[in-house]
Amino acid sequence: MLAALILILVVGGLVAWLAERYGANAPRWVAAVALALDGVLLVPYFARGFPDVGVWLDDVRWRWIPRFGISFHLGMDGVSLLLIALTIFLGFMAVAASWTEIKQRIGFFHFNLLWTLAGVLGVFLALDLFLFFVFWEIMIVPMYFLIALWGHENRAYAAIKFFLFTQVSGLLMLLALVVLAIIHYRDSGVYTFDYFDLLQTNLEVDTALWLMLGFFIAFTVKLPGVPFHTWLPDAHTQAPTGGSVILAGVMLKTGAYGLLRFVIPFFPEVVADFSPVAMGLGVAGILYGGMLAFAQSDMKRLVAYSSISHMGFVLVGLYAWNAAALQGVVMTLLAHGVSSAALFMLAGSVQERIHTRDMGRMGGLWTDVPRMAAIGLFFSVAALGMPGLGNFIGEFLVLLGAYRVDAPVTAAAALGLIIAPVYSLILIQRAFHGGAREIHRIRDFGARELAAMSLLIVATVWMGVYPQSMLNVSDAWVKNSLKGWQEGIVQTYSKPSDGRLANRRRP
Amino acid sequence: MITTSDLIALLPLIALSAAAVVVMLAIAVRRNHRLAFVLTVAGILISLITIKSASDLVPRVITPLVLVDRYGLVFIVMALAAGLVTAVLCREYFHVREGHPEEIYLLILTALLGAGVLATARHFASFFLGLEILSVSLFVLIAYPLRENRSLEAGVKYLVLSGVASAFLLFGMALVYAETGTMEFSVLGGAPGTFPSTIGTMLILVAVGFKLSLVPFHLWTADVYQGAPAPITALLATVSKGSVFILLLRYGLESGILRVPVLDVLLPLIAVVSMLVGNFLALRQNNIKRILAYSSIAHMGYLLVAVVASNIVGGDLAAEALLIYLAAYFAMTLAAFGVVAVMSPADREADDLEDYTGLFWSRPWLATVFSVALLSLAGIPLTAGFIGKFYLFTAGSQGSLWLLLGALIVGSGLGLYYYLRVVFQMAQAPELAPASPKTAPVGMHLLLAALLLLIVGLGVYPAPFIDLLHP
Repeated sequence: MLAALILILVVGGLVAWLAERYGANAPRWVAAVALALDGVLLVPYFARGFPDVGVWLDDVRWRWIPRFGISFHLGMDGVSLLLIALTIFLGFMAVAASWTEIKQRIGFFHFNLLWTLAGVLGVFLALDLFLFFVFWEIMIVPMYFLIALWGHENRAYAAIKFFLFTQVSGLLMLLALVVLAIIHYRDSGVYTFDYFDLLQTNLEVDTALWLMLGFFIAFTVKLPGVPFHTWLPDAHTQAPTGGSVILAGVMLKTGAYGLLRFVIPFFPEVVADFSPVAMGLGVAGILYGGMLAFAQSDMKRLVAYSSISHMGFVLVGLYAWNAAALQGVVMTLLAHGVSSAALFMLAGSVQERIHTRDMGRMGGLWTDVPRMAAIGLFFSVAALGMPGLGNFIGEFLVLLGAYRVDAPVTAAAALGLIIAPVYSLILIQRAFHGGAREIHRIRDFGARELAAMSLLIVATVWMGVYPQSMLNVSDAWVKNSLKGWQEGIVQTYSKPSDGRLANRRRP
Repeated sequence: MITTSDLIALLPLIALSAAAVVVMLAIAVRRNHRLAFVLTVAGILISLITIKSASDLVPRVITPLVLVDRYGLVFIVMALAAGLVTAVLCREYFHVREGHPEEIYLLILTALLGAGVLATARHFASFFLGLEILSVSLFVLIAYPLRENRSLEAGVKYLVLSGVASAFLLFGMALVYAETGTMEFSVLGGAPGTFPSTIGTMLILVAVGFKLSLVPFHLWTADVYQGAPAPITALLATVSKGSVFILLLRYGLESGILRVPVLDVLLPLIAVVSMLVGNFLALRQNNIKRILAYSSIAHMGYLLVAVVASNIVGGDLAAEALLIYLAAYFAMTLAAFGVVAVMSPADREADDLEDYTGLFWSRPWLATVFSVALLSLAGIPLTAGFIGKFYLFTAGSQGSLWLLLGALIVGSGLGLYYYLRVVFQMAQAPELAPASPKTAPVGMHLLLAALLLLIVGLGVYPAPFIDLLHP
């Protein structure tokens, strides 16, 4: 089942490429059908319910390279299930957003789109570190082509910058994971890259620090965290709309996923000492990203910088590592995925109609395109953290959890809630309000776009008013992750702690 | 005393020698391109078949000169395969060009013979013999298109510098011999570190560094790569360098030179500098063959990681890493130069970056092969290059060579930039609709398909090949 999820997209991509000869719409339908099939495969997991014990919902394992104990090992728990559902959902949105925008080499476009998504699914599922790395790197290649071929005016620069940042940081991770496997080999005499085996590795604190940094840098580049964020505004701005949706909605989440799946469980000792630094970087991202977002005149760039700001909350929440914060992280990932995808789709449709992203040349669009403007307002308000919508839940829970760990940092992070309205509303004000700078006779959202947007709206509202339905899915994972910590903490200190990270000795 | 078993173990090399003689006689009797080609291919195939019977007898020392072992045989298979690819490329490449191409095949066979001797050498005499057989064949091959200025220039450059390198090599060997009184690698280990033999070993390494185009002995590389005909460049880049690497590893392990003070610092230094300088020089090139030349300097630096590590992690893992990387490097280099050869019109070589603009839309198949080869050179997963890089990381981390691995990471980042530049160029929309390009014969496309399959196959499922080296 799990391998089928990936395989369907891989095959679908090839079919979409070949389908081009049967008409321009054929690849689009093929892509939609492949994603729909994946969606159907996910239904049983949600329908089956989520037991309190036993985190893993599904698991598959085949031998791959026995020489180094590498296997094709996929596994799914609550968090990966949610993120996979998000990936497939936004995959649909990307296909919808590209329906009229992409006019050339349609088959190859959808091939790259589906293969990127296949790589992302692989990242969310892989439980073998070697396999994880393969997916991690392989999803960059089709995304590179998406930016380089269908991107905007400065695409060559943006595409190569994106590729270089992720690849070089990825090699650091490769080095770290190879060293981790070798240390395990020296202890046990067995080569293995399996997640659960490597979790048992005994590390000295110095070594653990270096290894942790190798992983941390790779994931923070992708997240992105300050100071590794500089590829993001370029890549997101230059990518075609479908590419931006996938980049912002899904690909950034792989960085967060890597942190929560690998870095923190693998290196608990050093992560505890390191958490002030990481939370500091998170706060820096929140404030710095927010301020830069406010200063942009390019619509997509503004949304891109706002992503940096929102991902700052994720970093803060992850390193607070308690139940509230972790649930907040999961909610933020989902809600930001939906809202940023919607904003990029909006910016994409504006650009498709008036051929500019420069907000200085917009203004007064509300009278021309009331539906677009209203939807834009909705998602801006969602992004700024209006209670009742998904983003609020996520960021509120993160702040709640982080406050127990580090009050000053949390106070600083909360300032982000003040900056967010400023840049979100300036977007609306400059683009849609005011007098018309130029006369545009443009078409408002049609039925297809309205349908896509209303799905996104429904998702945002649902996450805002009934977040428990999502929290239930990830609940088992959160409890299980924290259980290990609590036990370790109890062993280290005589009195039970409230979940704050502390030096954990392995049994 | 040489026994029958010894002869059987040597059969691959004997078959090559015989094939060379047969081809030479055939040319003397009747000049015929097709005949020479068919005889050469048959010779290489026979040699490949004899490997099977030789592999049952390994490892085997035959006279003090030659050691036939598993790694040597695996390399000979790779070299023969590369020779086969080169021969097929040459057939099409020289078919449309003027001149008498028959001797090309003879020289390819002798080059392969030289490489085979190098890969099995365990003695200074066989070391030198193998190297000279290989080099002399290459001088002629590089300058084969006599009327081309560039090829002549490249041939003369290679000849002169190679001659100097051989002089260094001989003098180095003489110094070592004067000190130790032996020329066998395994006996040399007795007295490392004394003054004349250290100097001698350094001189030998200078010669090896020249052949491998390691910095600072790399100055000839780009000109020779650019000037030589594309199929010959492929042969030079793969077989010649690979065989010297096998020799270096054997020599290094058996004689213990890697533990000699000074050398244990110099070799890693050369590796780091080669990775960085090679990649930096490739960054701003606009000529495909020069890009590949500079990138090969960097790849030789990467490969040195395995050799340096061999001292700490033992010969088996190092040889495994070296051979896996070499196999990947062979496949991707041959594929890349194969595309260049197929792209080249009869009157010149398609080596300018501009020639590749919009290739994805005019000749998608060639562009796909080239992109996969380049991505593999960059070490992207699911290609052979990544498995090679993974092995280097493993060997390097086992040996705690953090500086080398750091340079490897930086070098790979730089490398990615210029490989992607080529890919990007191919993905651009062509400015004007290209005149319908000549279609290459089916044989070439089958060859490229096989190489593509090999690159992807090694990358996706390397287990069978690894089992071959690590039973």
